[in-house]
Amino acid sequence: MDARAFCSASRVVVVAGKGGVGKTTVTAALAVMAARAGLSVLVVEVEGKSGLASAFGKPDLGYHEIELHPGITARFLTPDEALVEYLEDHGLSRISRRLARTGALEVVATAVPGMKDILLLGKVKQLEQGGTADLVIIDAPAAGHAVSFLLSPQGLLDAVHAGPIRKQAAEVVEMLHDPARCRVLLVTVPEETPVNELVETAYAIEDRAGVSLGPVLVNGCYPETDLPTSPAEIRDLAAAADVFVSDREADDLAAAAAFRSRRGAIQAAQIDRLADRLPLPQIRLPFVFAAGLGTADVELLADALEAGVEALTPVPG
Amino acid sequence: MTAGAPVEALEQIVRSGHVVICAGSGGVGKTTTAAVLAVEGARRGRNAVVVTIDPAKRLANALGLDTLSDTPHEIDRALWGASSASHSPAGGGPGRLSALMLDTESTFDHLVARYAETPEQAQRILENRFYRNVAGALSGTQEYMAMEKLHELHEEGAYDLIVVDTPPTRHALDFLDAPNRITRLLDNRIFRLLMMPTRAYMKAVSAGVQRFLRIVARVVGSEVIDDVVAFLRAFEGMEDGFRERAAVVLALLSDPHTRFVLVTSPRRDAIDEAHYFAERLTETDRGVAAVVVNRVHPSFGVEQPEGLRARAETLDALSASGPAGRRRAAARLAAAYRNLADLRSIARAEREHLEGVRERIGGAPVAFVPYLDRDVHDFDALAEVGRVLFSG
Repeated sequence: MDARAFCSASRVVVVAGKGGVGKTTVTAALAVMAARAGLSVLVVEVEGKSGLASAFGKPDLGYHEIELHPGITARFLTPDEALVEYLEDHGLSRISRRLARTGALEVVATAVPGMKDILLLGKVKQLEQGGTADLVIIDAPAAGHAVSFLLSPQGLLDAVHAGPIRKQAAEVVEMLHDPARCRVLLVTVPEETPVNELVETAYAIEDRAGVSLGPVLVNGCYPETDLPTSPAEIRDLAAAADVFVSDREADDLAAAAAFRSRRGAIQAAQIDRLADRLPLPQIRLPFVFAAGLGTADVELLADALEAGVEALTPVPG
Repeated sequence: MTAGAPVEALEQIVRSGHVVICAGSGGVGKTTTAAVLAVEGARRGRNAVVVTIDPAKRLANALGLDTLSDTPHEIDRALWGASSASHSPAGGGPGRLSALMLDTESTFDHLVARYAETPEQAQRILENRFYRNVAGALSGTQEYMAMEKLHELHEEGAYDLIVVDTPPTRHALDFLDAPNRITRLLDNRIFRLLMMPTRAYMKAVSAGVQRFLRIVARVVGSEVIDDVVAFLRAFEGMEDGFRERAAVVLALLSDPHTRFVLVTSPRRDAIDEAHYFAERLTETDRGVAAVVVNRVHPSFGVEQPEGLRARAETLDALSASGPAGRRRAAARLAAAYRNLADLRSIARAEREHLEGVRERIGGAPVAFVPYLDRDVHDFDALAEVGRVLFSG
């Protein structure tokens, strides 16, 4: 499947996953891949600061769009500002500021569970339909919250029986349920707990929230290698290659290789387990040997993502 | 940093600490660290309890936490007491270990029952739809209830070591603000206007406020406003109790005997959160007692990655020509050098990021837990982490 087709399959893509799995990094790589394919991309943050801007070497995001990279803009959304905008759009601008200023939003939002999520998703829907960008990527709240985030419009339809907010929720549900408009990409790492949580989240999103899932992105995979893991083997190789390797270096090389193979075996087992438990295609992204990501690393991950997408066979239906 | 410093600090925390709060961003191993501290405390003779929030299933099962609960349950000593003969801490026979998985809603219900003037008042509140939303979904409620539960356990005095995990919010510090958030909700001006008795309410509330409420009702439906008003009426007379309670809980968080253990991974995003956390704690005169860094890559020697990569390139050149056996050996050796270089770079980058943390935490010791070969979800694995943390 080519990258452009993949990125155009739905205008809204929600990237979700447990904390610490590299959701923001994957969001950045996806944005870069789409921009390379010639699409304009808007990345939306819904949960405060996340390091997205710093992955591109830019200062923190604001409520207004800023350019992060050629073809990629980003902003964040807050329920308060989304509410003010919503009310203004509905001819209620006079009370909007007051509602925000007096903190009544907190009371109202508490009275209507999921109200804040509806406001955010309503704004996302507006961005989707306004055609601001070819692709709108949502960096979703952490896994457990992502499910309630996506379930909230349905919940609101059950709780509120009339009024414009109900209409808003109905329109958001319509967008979420349409695979041609919105998909969720789940991110995980090949470790036991994240895999378990991903499987649970996947079923909850598909069965309960009715949102379609794209391939699972397995982040932080060690590329498969067959390395010499004992000092003796290293010394034999050194002799065969006719080079000098000190004993201490042979020990370090062997220990590092053994560590790598052990981690690799654990990962392979978890990747298999994930495939067994969740019948979705997987795209593996390599472990980046840096403790924090910069633009160059994001580009590397975008390469890997592109390769993974190209290897996908389009699944009918 | 000397190897002994973090071990001593952690020893001191589990031997003489009373309230220990583990904080950090999501996915860094907070729950595991909290469990390890409680187990180690119990192994040193303390009567320890760990309050967990949303633990991974297998860890929860190991702790015997199959369901949410409101009261701690004790874990059989056979499970945690003797698991590792290789590190048997000196001093004190084995103590006791209990665990609890926070049930936000029932903790809130108990709080309501405690402050209600009559059982009927409590009943009216508990049945109110708005209250159910507050108890279940108000942002910050989970954080607040974790602190509330902590306070309750502290007040009951049954445990001498209480270790609390904090909710997995992106902003690790939200729980410090949680008591304030509840109070802010109670202090809301419009909220308070609504709390006046019916007749006075109609007179006192200006036409502006009434119009405002009508518009709100139009947007979200009038049932919602009715629920809020009914809740407020039911709540009448209880706000002061709630506000005082929030102040007491906040005071416990500021108590000099409350220790904060900062948990992080060595990745940049987690470290950024840890920075922010350390700063906020210092601003509010709370110190960090120790930092636990989980999932640290091992170091493998002292050579710089650049030199190792150059070596790999030389070997690549060798593998391009000559006899087949020699070519194969050079290529395989080059891969081994490249792997060592990769692991050395990440170890170096991790250590650089951690230096930044150390500067901001005012001398608190930093303990490292390397990548383990397995997921930590049983007592053997908890003991393994314990050995790393408590023997350097």
